[in-house]
Amino acid sequence: MMDMEVRSTSGAGGGTPPVPVNLRRSKAYYRFTQQNLPACKPVLTPGWVISIFLLTGVIFMPIGLIALHASQSVVEIVYRYDTECIPESFRSNKVAYIKDSSISKNCNQTLKVQKHMKAPIHIYYQLDNYYQNHRRYVKSRSDRQLLHGLNYNATSSCQPEELNNELPIVPCGLIAWSMFNDTYTFSRETAELKVNRKNIAWKSDREHKFGKDVYPFNFQNGTLVGGGKLNPRVPLNEQEDLIVWMRTAALPSFRKLYGRIEVDLEADEFIAVKFVNNYNSYSFGGEKKLVLSTSSWLGGKNDFLGVAYIAVGCCCIFISLLFTLLHVKNPRHESESSPQDSEIQMTTR
Amino acid sequence: MRRYVYIDDSDQQDLYCDNRISNRKYTILNFLPKNLWEQFSRFMNQYFLLIACLQLWSLITPVNPASTWGPLIFIFAVSATKEAWDDYNRYLSDKQANEKEVWVVKQGTKKQIQAQDIHVGNIVWLRENDEVPCDLVLIGTSEPQGICFIETAALDGETDLKTRVIPSACMGIASELLHKIKGVIECSNPDKDIRRFDANLRLFPPFIDNDLCPLTINNTLLQSCYLRNTEWACGVAVYTGNETKLGMSRGIPEPKLTAVDAMIDKLIGAIFLFQIVVVIVLGIAGNVWKDTEARKQWYVMYPTEGPWYELLVIPLRFELLCSIMIPISIKVSLDLVKSLYAKFIDWDEEMYDEETTTPSHATNTAISEDLGQVEYILTDKTGTLTENRMIFRRCCINGIFYGNESGDALKDKELLNAVGSNNPDVIRFLTVMALCNTVVPLKSKSGVISYKAQSQDEDALVHAAARLHMVLVNKNGNILEINFNGLVILYEILDTLEFTSDRKRMSVVVKDCQNEKLILLSKGADEAILPCAVSGKQVRTFVEAVEQYAQLGLRTLCLAWRELREDEYKEWSLMFKDANSTFVDREWKLAEVCQRLEHDLEILGITAIEDHLQDGVPETIETLRKAGINFWMLTGDKQNTAIQIALSCNFISPEPKGQLLLINGKSEDEVCRSIERVLLTMKITTSEPKDVAFVVDGWALEIALKHHRHAFTELAILSRTAICCRVTPSQKAQLVELLKTCDYKTLAIGDGGNDVRMIQQADIGVGISGREGLQAARAADYSIGKFKFLKRLILVHGRYSYNRTAFLSQYSFYKSLLICFIQIFFSFISGVSGTSLFNSVSLMAYNVFYTSIPVVVSVLDKDLSERTVMEHPQILFYCQAGRLLNPSTFAGWFGRSLFHALVVFVVSIHAYADEKSEMDELSMVALSGCIWLQAFVMTMETNSFTILQHLAIWGNLAFFYIINCIVSTIPSAGMYTIMFRLCKQPSYWITMIYLMELLCISAHCDCRDGPGASA
Repeated sequence: MMDMEVRSTSGAGGGTPPVPVNLRRSKAYYRFTQQNLPACKPVLTPGWVISIFLLTGVIFMPIGLIALHASQSVVEIVYRYDTECIPESFRSNKVAYIKDSSISKNCNQTLKVQKHMKAPIHIYYQLDNYYQNHRRYVKSRSDRQLLHGLNYNATSSCQPEELNNELPIVPCGLIAWSMFNDTYTFSRETAELKVNRKNIAWKSDREHKFGKDVYPFNFQNGTLVGGGKLNPRVPLNEQEDLIVWMRTAALPSFRKLYGRIEVDLEADEFIAVKFVNNYNSYSFGGEKKLVLSTSSWLGGKNDFLGVAYIAVGCCCIFISLLFTLLHVKNPRHESESSPQDSEIQMTTR
Repeated sequence: MRRYVYIDDSDQQDLYCDNRISNRKYTILNFLPKNLWEQFSRFMNQYFLLIACLQLWSLITPVNPASTWGPLIFIFAVSATKEAWDDYNRYLSDKQANEKEVWVVKQGTKKQIQAQDIHVGNIVWLRENDEVPCDLVLIGTSEPQGICFIETAALDGETDLKTRVIPSACMGIASELLHKIKGVIECSNPDKDIRRFDANLRLFPPFIDNDLCPLTINNTLLQSCYLRNTEWACGVAVYTGNETKLGMSRGIPEPKLTAVDAMIDKLIGAIFLFQIVVVIVLGIAGNVWKDTEARKQWYVMYPTEGPWYELLVIPLRFELLCSIMIPISIKVSLDLVKSLYAKFIDWDEEMYDEETTTPSHATNTAISEDLGQVEYILTDKTGTLTENRMIFRRCCINGIFYGNESGDALKDKELLNAVGSNNPDVIRFLTVMALCNTVVPLKSKSGVISYKAQSQDEDALVHAAARLHMVLVNKNGNILEINFNGLVILYEILDTLEFTSDRKRMSVVVKDCQNEKLILLSKGADEAILPCAVSGKQVRTFVEAVEQYAQLGLRTLCLAWRELREDEYKEWSLMFKDANSTFVDREWKLAEVCQRLEHDLEILGITAIEDHLQDGVPETIETLRKAGINFWMLTGDKQNTAIQIALSCNFISPEPKGQLLLINGKSEDEVCRSIERVLLTMKITTSEPKDVAFVVDGWALEIALKHHRHAFTELAILSRTAICCRVTPSQKAQLVELLKTCDYKTLAIGDGGNDVRMIQQADIGVGISGREGLQAARAADYSIGKFKFLKRLILVHGRYSYNRTAFLSQYSFYKSLLICFIQIFFSFISGVSGTSLFNSVSLMAYNVFYTSIPVVVSVLDKDLSERTVMEHPQILFYCQAGRLLNPSTFAGWFGRSLFHALVVFVVSIHAYADEKSEMDELSMVALSGCIWLQAFVMTMETNSFTILQHLAIWGNLAFFYIINCIVSTIPSAGMYTIMFRLCKQPSYWITMIYLMELLCISAHCDCRDGPGASA
């Protein structure tokens, strides 16, 4: 107490002249210089800790349940077709099959819808063990060329897919070069299921990242052809498959949007899918999957957040119960020690 | 080597430098290269430069080189700007001094030139209150006795006026003739000793061409002094420019490195090693993965034949990726917060001495943390523990004790009667009191006499003599005027045998102007005077008196006199002059000559002077001892006085509780035995709760330090308290050195010139800006007005500084490791190819903006209130033992960052899997996770929230979103629209909340058993 009194008197003498306008500011500055700004000191008493845990548990459980429910409500069909779509005779040498352009790559399969699927149904292709995040791969692109085309020719970052006959390849780089080129057509019973392949890329990418008068005039013309080809008469900002592909994935297993089916699919319905199995995932042991999925407010089917929330919520409640038990068994008498002592105990714990 | 200065001779103009002062480190041209060179001599900067250069190689850089160059240039710019600003200020002050107009005689005519154009040999004229522009030898003044007064505060910090006299050869030259004076001054080469000037002067005809006239420091006017109370003075420039005494003594002291700094450097080294290990392991893994897996991946298109450096590419990429492990900003933030600590000390009003209106001041801004880790305090006694305000209390004249009943001799009727009845013993005693000193009486216009004394003891004696009707009225050159009971007596001072700390006495030879008698008057420490007493005479009463007074804690001086024979004096006087004009070992030779006169003295009596204890000294010592700090008292005073003072200020406890062990002896063997005995007793008593202290005197200490260093060191470690009396300044420094070699943090506190060496030697030097001038305060790292402020300085400022720096540095490591670990984890799922998860903007901003502001504000945190710390000083143990910053606490933070990185990474990649696994989005989710974590960890680690902390923590979080939203609006930026997209997704917010809560729980559990969370 003495400290405080000495301070306030000396403060009145030295720091704050009677100027009412600056009074508050200079006072605050004065207290800053004396390291005496008003401060609150949260002290974690056992009661606080227990109630924080309890509260967290109580809040987390419902959020977890809601998130889990959202994830569960999503209906998903995942079909791995990379092995199914290879004729028996080629099963032992898949790479030769996929590399041989003279063999037809068509392949028909049937999917069964397990549950009612509400439109819009997203069609994804999923690649596993595919390192779109490899350093050599991620860097091999030129964002400015995608926007400005041949007007921009500092494309050294695109190596090793930079030039073709001394002219920059548009679009250059490994990412574009290795574009995914399997296609899917869907039909139910006899009628074809219409797949909307517009608006699958981000609007911002279409408008600001890919040029509207940049044409892939010399794409995949080289000796080594990688993935898909592009229609040279369509500008890049309308090549949505490319735009989607160019958004590299951070994980070695990823899904990319192929299109949307805009009608509901009924349970137990059979859908015929015609695959054109062009893309070489065999040489590196990758997997290709077709995914049909509805969506919820939380996105696609992903139980992680829901389960994680419930787990933490359970933990919290358990810990709070444990602490309560411990606290009841050997309570800390706060009346016995002065606030300062408890302050010291806190630091020396 | 000698320097021959020819007075007013233009031929030698170019021989020595002109008077241009330059304190500048840089010029405009060499600033950039020199400053860069200096900055790059630091290892950290070299490392970062290497990293930045490697990043220019686009094949291996994971991110834009700007992410390292930006912060590097920023940090360099900050330090360079600071240097440039300091240098510019130095330039301005130099310029001001250089361009000052001074009057100088050149070729016999007087003209006004700029101070920088003064050359050696010029005659410089000064008027009252002028600053002396260079080192001058005085040749003329306005005063008829050839004296002038100067104030040397800027040089040695002493505020009293000092007398300077013109050399005897120049005495009596008319002021008009001074223009034409010719001669040669032979002096030593420039040095920095401001107490010595060994030179000779020889004037050329037509001036009296006698033999060499010796010059001493008393004949000089040194640069930066001020001329006072003298109308004019003139002198010959002998040292100019940067060769003056002041210029030579200027120099940048070795920067002191705190224990905390050393620990931080060690930890940086450890991180560096860890980084190398990571780089090697990941580099090998990357190359293996490349050869086994990546070659199969046609889309990566690895060439079959790579260049020769192929194998190095992946390790180097990881090196760059991991370079952020060492926080680039740590040195800058540390410098910043350290100057803030220093400012807090300067600002602190509770350490403001109202009496002398001196605030505390941190001269060295870099070592505040060490204050919190002090283990030994070595303190001076006089002026530090005591007030150094001397009051004459008692005396013993010729065996009769005065002042014993009343405690004040000045009120003792018997003494007053003795003075009244002209008791010859008493009169002689008073004469010595009034004459044997260097006090300058100043008479104001109203006739009141005030005294300017260099030593407080002399001041007390002269004042006491004046109270006893022996008034020193005037000092007119060599003539002293004394008024005794209305009777004016004149004395002429023939020689002054000055006081030195080795001689421990001073004497004057005076001539009584009435009867032409020559008298030697001496005063000094008893052990310096009593052996010189006339043989056969009993000195026992005096020895008893000294002991009795010392028991009372009084300072004693022994006064003596002797009548000299005319021929004896003449003979001696020649020798004295001779010794005075030697160059080699002048001080030693003078002492020897003085010895020849100071013998067969008739002891007149003993004076006892009281020196009050300073306010709050016992409490301060008690508190600091409770805080586990050991105290050593080093004093030049007598053993008994020292012990008495030590008792009265709680330094040692009285008998039953405390025990004093004496180390004494005059020979090696005796000292050895003494030390062994004391050691044995110490070892026995360590089990008992007893305060054991040892007392050692200068003589025994000398032997102990020389021959029994090992045993003495052992003793020093065992003993919490020690009193060393009669020690010299260099012994004080040796003791500090001894404790430092035992790895103790030492703090030396003192107030006088004799403490300067010890203050400079210690880890922390604290000076008391007291009555003995500012010399100690100037040499010290901290200066305070009173001893009692030491408590606050250590317990509040030292402790907070240590805690805050410990947190700040470890937190800086933590945050850098955190983001680095995430990068490393990411490399495991990106084919160990060295892809950076975060983009360049984020990486650059992470260290420089997002995380540095809250951490700098965290230095305002106070874990315990000041009052609590003051009342429970034991809490300082934590800081002393370095519990808050050591390898194990660092391991705690390291583990914490590893854990946090794992959590952030795993949660991000699972919450953002499958169709959401877009690179830019995922990287932003992970980065936001890190930023939220920063806010969370800061909140957990902050003990007291002031408005500034709230602002910094939450403002920083908001700042992060604002910056990223702004960057998200730029179409050409990599993360165009990313932040907006994320903010719209419920899953993003759910993920963030989840991260927080998960870590909150783990932090709580951490608190219970982990070391990392406490503090």
